[in-house]
Amino acid sequence: MAYLTINNLHKRFDDHVVVHDFNMHIEQGEFVTFLGPSGCGKTTVLRMIAGFETPTSGRICVGGEDITQQAAQKRGIGMVFQSYALFPNMNVTQNIGFGLKMRKCPADDIKRKVAEVIKLVELSGKENHYPHELSGGQRQRVALARALVVEPRILLLDEPLSALDARIRKNLREQIRDIQRRLGLTTIFVTHDQEEALTMSDRIFVMNQGRVEQEGRAEIVYTEPATEFVARFMGNYNLLGAADTQRLLGLNINGHLAIRPESIHVLDGHSQQDGTLAGTIRQHQLLGNIIRYQIESAGITLQVDRLNRTASDLMPAGTEVRLQISRDDMREVR
Amino acid sequence: MKSTSRLGAWVAIAIGTLYFLLPLIATFEFSLKMNRDGYSFEAYKVVLADPGFQATFGYSTLMAVLTIIVGILLVVPTAYWIQLKLPRLRPLVEFITLLPLVIPAIVIVFGYLKLYNSSSWLPLTGNERATDLLLMCSYVTLALPYLYRSVDAGLRAIDVRTLTEAAESLGASWPSILLQVIFPNVKSAILSGAFLTFAVVIGEFTMASLLGRPAFGPYLQLIGSNRAYEPSALAIIAFMVTWAAMGLIQVFARNARPARKTA
Ligand SMILES: Nc1ncnc2c1ncn2[C@@H]1O[C@H](COP(=O)(O)OP(=O)(O)OP(=O)(O)O)[C@@H](O)[C@H]1O
Ligand SMILES: [Mg+2]
Repeated sequence: MAYLTINNLHKRFDDHVVVHDFNMHIEQGEFVTFLGPSGCGKTTVLRMIAGFETPTSGRICVGGEDITQQAAQKRGIGMVFQSYALFPNMNVTQNIGFGLKMRKCPADDIKRKVAEVIKLVELSGKENHYPHELSGGQRQRVALARALVVEPRILLLDEPLSALDARIRKNLREQIRDIQRRLGLTTIFVTHDQEEALTMSDRIFVMNQGRVEQEGRAEIVYTEPATEFVARFMGNYNLLGAADTQRLLGLNINGHLAIRPESIHVLDGHSQQDGTLAGTIRQHQLLGNIIRYQIESAGITLQVDRLNRTASDLMPAGTEVRLQISRDDMREVR
Repeated sequence: MKSTSRLGAWVAIAIGTLYFLLPLIATFEFSLKMNRDGYSFEAYKVVLADPGFQATFGYSTLMAVLTIIVGILLVVPTAYWIQLKLPRLRPLVEFITLLPLVIPAIVIVFGYLKLYNSSSWLPLTGNERATDLLLMCSYVTLALPYLYRSVDAGLRAIDVRTLTEAAESLGASWPSILLQVIFPNVKSAILSGAFLTFAVVIGEFTMASLLGRPAFGPYLQLIGSNRAYEPSALAIIAFMVTWAAMGLIQVFARNARPARKTA
């Protein structure tokens, strides 16, 4: 049996259903991500696991024990908030030691454990600083240390990096993942950033309107989206409706056809190869190591990515090309 | 255009200042004239040496301190809980705490006398200690608007909900959350409410007088109707006490570390 299991979880605020029939099983030591657009219920699920919100129905179990009705104080589940939520009246040491003090840990133990975890999150030298004297990244590391030091059964992180700038975000997410591996901590990480989800997670739960749209290993969710929503959300798929698919490729499908921009090959306009489509470059966008073209074919605009090797590779608008798409790269999604 | 409007502002300020200061200066000047042969602090000496002054001032100070303690114990958890769990009730609670400003004190006291007279189910006016208790409770009522407003503002300046949840997830009990997380972060707001309360209670007349307790307000009134110079001296002393309280509010408001929502 999985370490954390959630069965048929529902949450309704007044008459607004926010979480529908949410199911999940997580093994001990796993790092999973809830990925989804704003308002899809990620925080609400997390808050129910933490015990800040009572489910309308459903069950949450940790290590075989039903905790659905247990008080947050008793759950031993750590939480890191987007807004840090450090206690402004306490310095770094006191903030981190707070949980141990609440557990009536002897002072010596508190001192030792706090010192250890301060080293772990690389905050040495900041022991006596107050939250308002720290940068955003440092504050979030204090918050992380504060949650880690009590050795929680599960660690919940609700968009902990979204208030930080790109470089610190990258740095800190590696640090979080590293610490999580070292401590073997069961962790749920919430984000609406697909790159963050892909780089960090063992498993991703893509959520949409209070439901799990797809769950699976990061690389699977990315390359094999199950639904139109996941394909759109995981980034940049060309999505063709049934009619467009018929017109462009002569294929009969239900639902949508998803094609990744890098799996469309651009050939010379004079190429006579079989099974290629005629297209015209409409515009391009430089994305660093790749160039993203908008190419029109049969009145449909497709996004196509090519590596940006040399400046002379760039094809100007109006260029006639031929497009080749392998059948294996076309995915039918619901 | 700009210079005339600025001039207008200065004139308005000057008139306002004179309006407040002139009577005060006149009173002060008069209080110094007890001795025929020039200015002296004779009136102050007399007042301060009067056992009546000492007793009533001591009594009112004690009442003020008790009022503040009871008021804080009542208001801080209430305002906290409203903000945390029942935000929809906030307008109602705000309205209730403002009632003492709308209903004259004399109405409240007559209500008390009717409810708690010696032939009622809870005869609080029957003996002195019980009446003290009743007076203190009525002071708490009077202080509600000031105390609740400042505590509520203080709570709004910090992210009460997230701080509470952070503490909860670290295993803190409710008393620990209140005492170690919430209280310290609204300390300066509580203190400014407390000093306002102090200023209000020290000068209160109606309730103390009608309940027949030896407070500073009724004493002021008694002296005022019987003496010439001493009332002026007393008025100045009362002003100083109030101002000291206000000054302390400023000190604490300024010393409060910038409470940031995100911290
Ligand atoms: N206490 C509440 N009362 C009423 N509605 C709520 C409450 N909390 C959340 N909601 C609603 O539930 C829905 C999901 O909210 P939630 O905070 O879980 O979304 P989220 O996925 O975390 O979004 P974001 O990425 O913006 O943080 C939203 O439509 C929100 O308005
Ligand atoms: Mg959220």
